[in-house]
Amino acid sequence: MADMAAHGAHPPGFAHQFEEMAQQREAGSLGMWVFLVTEIMFFGGLFATYTVYRSLHPQAFEMGSHLLEARFGATNTAVLISSSLTMALAIHSAQTGKSKSTIIGYLIATLVLGAAFIGIKLYFEWYHDYVEHLIPGIDFVIRPEWGHAGSQVPLFFCFYFFMTGLHALHMVIGIGILSVLAIMTARQRFSSEYYAPLEISGLYWHFVDIVWIFLFPLLYLIGGRYGTGVH
Amino acid sequence: MSTLVAPVQESPSESSRVHYLNVSYGIKSWLFTTDHKRIALLYLGSITFMFLVGGIAATLMRLHLIEPQGTLFEPGTYNKLFTIHGIVMVFFFLVPSIPATLGNFLVPMMIGARDLAFPKLNLLSWYVYIVGSLFTLYAIIAGGVDTGWTFYTPYSSNYAHSEVIAVALGVFITGFSSILTGLNFIVTIHKMRAPGLTWFRLPLFIWAIYATSIIFILGTPVIAITLFLLGLERLLHIGIFDPAIGGDPLLFQHLFWFYSHPAVYIMILPGMGVISELVTCFARKRIFGYSFVAFSSMAIAVISFLVWGHHMFVTGQSIYAGLIFSVLSFLVAIPSAVKVFNWTATLYKGSISYQAPMLYALGFIGLFTMGGLTGLFLASLATDVHLNGTYFIVAHFHYIMVGGAVMAYLGGIHFWWPKLTGRLYPDGWARFGALVIFVGFNLTFFPQFMLGYLGMPRRYAVYPAEFQVLNVMSSAGASILGIGYLIPLIYLFWSMRYGPPAGPNPWRAKGLEWETPSPPPTENFEEIPVVTEDAYNYARSDGGTRG
Repeated sequence: MADMAAHGAHPPGFAHQFEEMAQQREAGSLGMWVFLVTEIMFFGGLFATYTVYRSLHPQAFEMGSHLLEARFGATNTAVLISSSLTMALAIHSAQTGKSKSTIIGYLIATLVLGAAFIGIKLYFEWYHDYVEHLIPGIDFVIRPEWGHAGSQVPLFFCFYFFMTGLHALHMVIGIGILSVLAIMTARQRFSSEYYAPLEISGLYWHFVDIVWIFLFPLLYLIGGRYGTGVH
Repeated sequence: MSTLVAPVQESPSESSRVHYLNVSYGIKSWLFTTDHKRIALLYLGSITFMFLVGGIAATLMRLHLIEPQGTLFEPGTYNKLFTIHGIVMVFFFLVPSIPATLGNFLVPMMIGARDLAFPKLNLLSWYVYIVGSLFTLYAIIAGGVDTGWTFYTPYSSNYAHSEVIAVALGVFITGFSSILTGLNFIVTIHKMRAPGLTWFRLPLFIWAIYATSIIFILGTPVIAITLFLLGLERLLHIGIFDPAIGGDPLLFQHLFWFYSHPAVYIMILPGMGVISELVTCFARKRIFGYSFVAFSSMAIAVISFLVWGHHMFVTGQSIYAGLIFSVLSFLVAIPSAVKVFNWTATLYKGSISYQAPMLYALGFIGLFTMGGLTGLFLASLATDVHLNGTYFIVAHFHYIMVGGAVMAYLGGIHFWWPKLTGRLYPDGWARFGALVIFVGFNLTFFPQFMLGYLGMPRRYAVYPAEFQVLNVMSSAGASILGIGYLIPLIYLFWSMRYGPPAGPNPWRAKGLEWETPSPPPTENFEEIPVVTEDAYNYARSDGGTRG
């Protein structure tokens, strides 16, 4: 590690503060994991709060949940899981030294799937909610058929928009990262020796995916949608 | 008694040597630097400025409280003063203080690395800090904020007519600078230690910074999301703390203290790390019970996340939750006490010299002990009912935050100043300054213990006439303390230009950072060192640090 000769040869992407490439790769990967821990705490605050309120107001949360369209949520879940697959394939292609067009292809597929997720969310869900007067703070109408628990339904929708909004923001950042990666790949920055940025961004993408996998049942499926809940 | 460390003669080659300060000049070379040592100095300048802002607010408050009827300011203005003082001191001075300055400078130097793992992220963290500070300073100029530094809902979300959103946004943004710094330290300490530098050979300062970084990355995101939700609620007039739709304002307190109690340890843990370095160096002894001190840092970091409810004993939390939080709060006192015992045992039969950094260290040990023990009064459910919301609390946490954290910060700055700047400061003035600060501090805050015990509530602009004597004592102490802080500011600035050259190791201290020239070259080490011995390998035959 103390070998100064390592500083003589500069492989592409090698930063001066490291002694060798393996050290740099490990540091980058650990850095992303630590960052994801902060992300878990970031979303964790919301998840914990949601759980507390759901146990305080089960009826209102069930009614709120039933106003969401589970089929769009399910479609989006499938879209995101597919995007994680294409992301993993992009990394695998770089690792095994496949052609750059293969890598770019997988990256763009991931990007398109990510964009499709946001498109579905925006057009079929959030816009629909707006039409239905379900956006707290902007336009929310409490319906008489909700009964006495109706005044708490906006609370569910506050969570719904905070959580899905924060998640969508992460998706948008992810799409930005994917675009940069595609350009870097086109410029021959990566090889089977050096593909750390792809690997690290992959971790992020999978994380955003996993957050959705928790959000989907939490928001859309609670209270037994097809069971005997409040209708 | 020694007066000044023997200066090393400046040889011609020494004055022309290239180091991190003279390698390049001009504003750009500082604003775009990725050198951890320069970023440490950028932070040093910025947090000193914020300390002045917070200090001015405190001075005005103490001035106002000289008279029972407080004629100097309107009560509303007084509310803004204590809020600004709290927010600026906590989020913009104490939280970044030791980690962002000494930590940034020393972590790579102490572990034998050329820089932190992510130098650009390190610079970014400083810019994020600056943006957050600007939001807060804007809010102060635009009319201030009057919620107290705790931003309790529903006052902050619905009723306050002040710049809550701008300040909350400022704190939210600054949080990310903490996260980036913590992330950088964790990765650096894991992956960039020099050959031979095993975990149990690390200086205890590194252990303390590591524990602090864990709190940074686990706690800060929670306060960030909480303040973000608060801002949204204020903006949209509806949100998850809003009782009108079934929300619970108390939940805000839970989320707030989930970060803000560990944040107390963010402020004190690095200080404990500094004290371990100072005590060993100026007692010329190995630390007593190395692994106990190291693990107590980790224990504090872990337990600190389980005690937040002791801030809420009287705010409507269930009595059973209160019992558990009380027990856990007593538990966190154990690792803190372990450290105090070990420092004391290190001093025992040491070859002690009383240079300025050591004076701060000894001051720290005494004041921290007082602050810690009075904390146990507050962790007991029954006494807390009487003491909660009084000046007893104010005195307690100032003994920890000022008597502890600021003392350690100043001790550390004095200890590593020769390394930072390559210059020595006048030791006599430094010792005088340390003494003035110690006296001023105690005169300011000891009367507040009595005031609180007698029942004077905190955060009030007026008080019954019977409390005037103690309040005047406190204000007099604050003026001494203020002067005490100006003394080092002056001679440290002076020494940057006129101080005699320090030489690589003026204290004859152990540790990799002392094996480089002062100031160090940009790359820190010509060759990455190989470590073959434990930390603090002092031998008493070294004869102490007396010049």
